[in-house]
Parts: sequence; C-alpha cells; structure tokens
Amino acid sequence: MSVSDTDPVVRIEGLTKTFARGNVTALQDIDLELMPGEFVSLIGPSGCGKSTLLRVIGDLVEPTAGSVTVNGKPAKRARADRDYGIVFQDSVLFDWRTVAKNIGLPLEMLGWDRDKRKQRIDEMLDLVELRGFEEHHPWQLSGGMQQRVSIARALAFEPALLLMDEPFGALDEMTRERLNLELLSIWQQLGSTVVFVTHSISEAVFLSTRVVVMSPRPGRIAGIVPIDLPYPRGVETREETRFFELVTQVRELLRSRGEHLLPEEELGLLEAPE
Amino acid sequence: MSGLIVTPSVGRRAARRAGDWVPAAVVFVLAIVVWEGAISAFHIQQFLLPRPSDIVSTFWTNRHTLWPAGWTTFKEALGGFAFGSLGGVLVATVVGRFRVVGNALMPIAIAANAVPIIAFAPIANAWFNPLSSTSKMAIAGVLCFLPVMVNTMRGLQSADPRQIELMRSYAASELEIWRRVRVPTALPYLFTALKVASVLAMIGAIVAEYFGGAFNALGVLIRSDAQILDFQTAWAGILVASLLGLALYGAVVLAERLVVRWTPATREA
Repeated sequence: MSVSDTDPVVRIEGLTKTFARGNVTALQDIDLELMPGEFVSLIGPSGCGKSTLLRVIGDLVEPTAGSVTVNGKPAKRARADRDYGIVFQDSVLFDWRTVAKNIGLPLEMLGWDRDKRKQRIDEMLDLVELRGFEEHHPWQLSGGMQQRVSIARALAFEPALLLMDEPFGALDEMTRERLNLELLSIWQQLGSTVVFVTHSISEAVFLSTRVVVMSPRPGRIAGIVPIDLPYPRGVETREETRFFELVTQVRELLRSRGEHLLPEEELGLLEAPE
Repeated sequence: MSGLIVTPSVGRRAARRAGDWVPAAVVFVLAIVVWEGAISAFHIQQFLLPRPSDIVSTFWTNRHTLWPAGWTTFKEALGGFAFGSLGGVLVATVVGRFRVVGNALMPIAIAANAVPIIAFAPIANAWFNPLSSTSKMAIAGVLCFLPVMVNTMRGLQSADPRQIELMRSYAASELEIWRRVRVPTALPYLFTALKVASVLAMIGAIVAEYFGGAFNALGVLIRSDAQILDFQTAWAGILVASLLGLALYGAVVLAERLVVRWTPATREA
C-alpha cells in the first residue's frame, strides 16, 4: 500500500448525510482524520449518527455532501479494493457455515486457494483463541465466542482499517471486558487502524487513542478527547485516577451537548434507517 | 470453554433418536390393536371398516395387481412433483430476482394457492388423453407448484440484510450475494414446501385417476373396487397409496437432513 505513516488512513471533509425518509440530518459538517494505527472510538447518544458515520466510511451508505477518502482513495474504490474489515453489533455469522468457513468467507471472496485459506484460518483461530472449534456451527457457540469469530473474519484478510459497530454491545459486562483486552492485544499485534462505535464511555476510554464525542440532531462532532493512558493497558488501567478523569471528561462533553434530547431520540426511534 | 453446547457422540445421538421413536411406535401398534379389537367387539360391518389384518392379507393376495398399479400412480405423482416443484423454484427465482415483479405477483400467487386445484381434475382429463398419465401429472404438478413457489420466494426474500451488508463490504456482486446468502437462506423454506408438495402430489395423482385413467392405476382400482362393494381391496389400495406417499415424503425428509444441516429442525436430530 502506498500510504506513508504521515498520510491519514481515513480523511473526512465536510461530510453531511441527510435521509430523505423522515427528513433527518444524520450527519452535518463532519471533518475528521484518522492516522495509521490509531484506535478511534465514536461515542454519543442514539441518533447522533455514529453508526451512519461508520457506514459512510465503509461506503455502505452514500454521503449527501462532502468527501471520504480511505487510504488516499475514494471510499467506493476502497470498498472495491477490500481495504477494510467490518464487525457489527451482532456477529452476523452464516448459520450454514462452520466457524472455519465463516472466517474464510472474505478469503473466498478474494479468490484465495484452499491451502492458503486453511493456513490463514488457523492463524486467526489462534489469534481469537478458538482453536478446536473450527468445525462447530455458530449456534453451538456462546455470544462472546460468536463475536470472536466475527472479529477473526474481519481481520482474516489483514485490512489496514477495521470498522466496528458496537461489536460488544450485546454481550454481558464480564465478556465485554475480556474481549476488550483481547481486542487491544490483537490491535497491537496487527497495528491496524480501528474505528470503534460504542455506547459505553468506559469502553471507549479504555480502548482508544482518541474518543470522538458526537451530539445528535444534527449529528455533529461535539469534541475529541485524546486518551493519554499508556499501552499496553490492562485490568489495572480501569482503576487508575487518570482513567476516571478521562471518563469524566468524556461524560461531561456528552452531557453538555446531549441534554436537550427529545424522548424519542433517547429511545433511538429517530436513528436513521439504512 | 464456557457456553459451548456439547455435541453428543454419534452413538448417544442414535440411541436418543431411537428413544424418540419408541412412543410413536407404541401408539401405532396400540391403535392397530384397538382397531382390530373394536371390530369384533362392536360387530362393525366389513364394508364400513375392515380389520387391519384383513386389509393386509387382501393386499398380499392382490399384490400382483396392486403393486404395479401403485407404481403407475407413483410415477405420475413423482413426475408431477418434479415438474411442479422445479417450475415453482424457477418462477420464484426469476420473480425473486426482480422485486417489482415479486410484489406484483405475490398476492396473486397466494390467492391462487387458495383455489381448489383438485376441482380441475375432471377437466384436465378433457385437456389431455384421459387414459394417459399426463393429465394426472398435470394435476399433481399444479398442486405442487404453488406452495413451492410461494415458499421459495419467501425464503429468497428472507435473507438477513446485515449479511447482505457484510457481503457488500467485500464488494460482492449480486450473483455472489445470491449464491452465498439468499440461496442458503431459502433452502429450509424450500424443503418445508417440498414436504407439503410430496403429499399433495400423491393426492393429486390419485384423485385425478378417480375421473378416469389407465386400468392399472391405483385411483382407478380403488374407485372400481368401491363401486363393486369390494371394500377390502379398496382399503388395500389405500394402504399401498399411503405406503408410497410415505416413501416420497421420507425421501424428501432424508434429502433435507443431508442438505440443510443447520436449522433448528434438523440440528438436534
């Protein structure tokens, strides 16, 4: 890839997205740059457009105005080049495929041959610690394991960019914290750039190099909080004073911008449809 | 690892499956015994309801006419099942590919499904040579067509939008999304329809034969035996029809088990 370390992986300029249905302005005048190897969380109340922003970066939703470049290319071109991997809130596994074949799906799409696929799938199984489960079907796994398969699938073809849309939102607190640690260690091993959408302030602070706080109606960036906690982060990070200071900082930024919410916004009823 | 549902070993699974069958087998045997006993106990006339043992022995005596007759009817049912289902799948595929066509046709298809197709049986004999098997195949085929088409169409439209979004993220073509998402999603729907169709095919073939057909066909035999008050032989014919119907149904279930290994209906079995 011809991207140097100083060029941003994602560059968003003057991005606006309105949905014709319901006349909702999901995103307005978003400018954001993500540098290689960054872990950036998007946080905000329902309806602030954070999921939409993620989908615009992935070219799954078209912007109304503004531009998005990924690895120096228009987002559409980047999608065609398979420059990013995506993980959704639900694991979105294919019931009819085994764990190994789910992980291998993007590799099949890239036309890798069987041996090469097998080798990479094995590496991925080791990475997400699911060795021994390759022949299981998704319904035989717990929610946390399913989400690990989903992460392995997104990482299998080593995309420079990983898009994650509330990947641990449906999991219990314990599983979530364990997967946070696993994700951090994977991210450090691979050095990929991550865009991470979440509802959880502590999760965002714990994982990220920067937290982008968004406010709703219309979806805007309310502020960006750089997280200066040193890596590698561990269980003890969550007990540090600096961690709490940063959590408070993010929370206050959220509160100052989000207090005029309509009830239906809080319920996510105005969350823009796809 | 926590949360894992342990897959039972093959031996235990086989044992459990046998265990599932025992109650049904007991009830079946009990029903036959009660039937047999009730006829002696309440002096039920032969023409109303013969004994199971008599039906079986009549079948055995007439097996050289009944089996070939059954085979003739079975071939008609099978032909109708094959053409009807294939047609249903093809139309659903074409219609499912173009959503507008689907939206236009779906309500009509569902309404047409409510038309008692079997009422066309006497007319179908006029359309084709009444002695040929074509008219029976046509009725069986039309009966199979609609449920297969409606279900396949619904199956193709039931694909998880998030799975499609995921495929888009891989820059997948519509054809690839079709092959890797829509078709696998539709397969359980298809097999549900095929099970219904397998039963309908046999019904269609036999009822069509009631209105005339080759002399060695099951429907023709059952009707003529009933007309000459030879109810035992008619019952023996019904027995043959049931066995063949079950065989076709069983074949579809078997195929489903082999193809669809991931749905709740087949995963525990």
